[in-house]
Amino acid sequence: MENIANIFVKSVFIDNMIFAYFLGMCSYLAVSKTVKTSFGLGVAVAFMLTITVPINYLIENYLLCKGAMTWISPSFADVDLSFLTFIVFIAVVASMTQLVEMVVEKFSPSLYNSLGIFLPLIAVNCAILGGSLFMAERSYANVGEAAVFGFGSGIGWLLAIVSLAAIREKIKYSKIPKALDGLGIAFIIVGLMGLAFMGFMGIKL
Amino acid sequence: MQNKRKERIFLDPIFRNNPVTVQILGICSALAVTVKLQSAVVMALSLTFVVAFSNVIVSLLRKTIPGRIRIIVQLVVVAFLVIVVDQFLKAYFFDISKQLSVFVGLIITNCIVMGRLEAFAMSNSPKRSLIDGLANGLGYGFILIVVAFFRELLGSGTIWNYQVVPQAFYDAGYMNNGLMIMPPMALIAVGIIVWIQRAHQQRKEEGK
Repeated sequence: MENIANIFVKSVFIDNMIFAYFLGMCSYLAVSKTVKTSFGLGVAVAFMLTITVPINYLIENYLLCKGAMTWISPSFADVDLSFLTFIVFIAVVASMTQLVEMVVEKFSPSLYNSLGIFLPLIAVNCAILGGSLFMAERSYANVGEAAVFGFGSGIGWLLAIVSLAAIREKIKYSKIPKALDGLGIAFIIVGLMGLAFMGFMGIKL
Repeated sequence: MQNKRKERIFLDPIFRNNPVTVQILGICSALAVTVKLQSAVVMALSLTFVVAFSNVIVSLLRKTIPGRIRIIVQLVVVAFLVIVVDQFLKAYFFDISKQLSVFVGLIITNCIVMGRLEAFAMSNSPKRSLIDGLANGLGYGFILIVVAFFRELLGSGTIWNYQVVPQAFYDAGYMNNGLMIMPPMALIAVGIIVWIQRAHQQRKEEGK
């Protein structure tokens, strides 16, 4: 239990997708103009991370790793498919987005209306693929930990995009040097927020 | 006329229409690998390779890919090239491949690659797509190298792992700026580059 809480806090604050690894930066900067839309995108990202990370965990550990397929037959002990990792992960991410889009459209039109436009964007959001790749690199002990890691990273991303959007809504009214307006200032704000988030470094539960 | 167009395809992405600072694409990986010049150069080369060749392949296939599933087809082409790069780095430059960790894999979702495939390769000949891919890769690499140069110089006092700040400076009380190694400073550095570039462009436009 302690371990799970630790992974969660770590993935939300310390290893924040945006501030520590810059993942999903493109849509982060492009969509963070108003709080409402950025909240929608944040929820969609968190949702997809929570789904894809555990699925990829299972695929990696039961199909791709060296000796992972021994559960089918002991003679597969030497099979190492890990070079396929990238292509399998991206296929899972792309097909899961498609699937989730269809399911949401069918069962909850209201959710689809608020979330739907963001889902296609997500297939190529680096945060989703990055979550799976980090999961593979850090080798979590079981699928539960991987799921908590995915969920935590998603929440961290949501937190980051909503707070940036709130700041950008206010900063519209300030006088900024013309050349710095828009993109330049957004970069610098994210940099400063990142510095603030570094204060969480080293926290351990 | 023909030549001039080619020149523009090549030069535009490097300066005037730089993918990183003007179009804001591919920032994710651009920032994370710029602590050291070496890893930035390797990353820039890998990305240039992937963009150029995926542009050519998709451009060759552009008439046969059905419109509805083109994203998946593009992803497969890109993922294949990235696997080639990753295996190559693991075989010959293991240390650097460890440093770059997941960011080589993340070239797959790098928006520059997908953006160029959608915007250029799907509607242009393979030869032009190759030039476009190379140019975009170089434009990305240019920003990466500038950021990495300053971060490594100010953060560790080295360039390409060679000590350039003389020992006498340290004896006189000079200290490496540890902040430059931290991730947030990469964002601020790119912000400043954007600022300089826009200010420069504005002056040029006003001068016209």
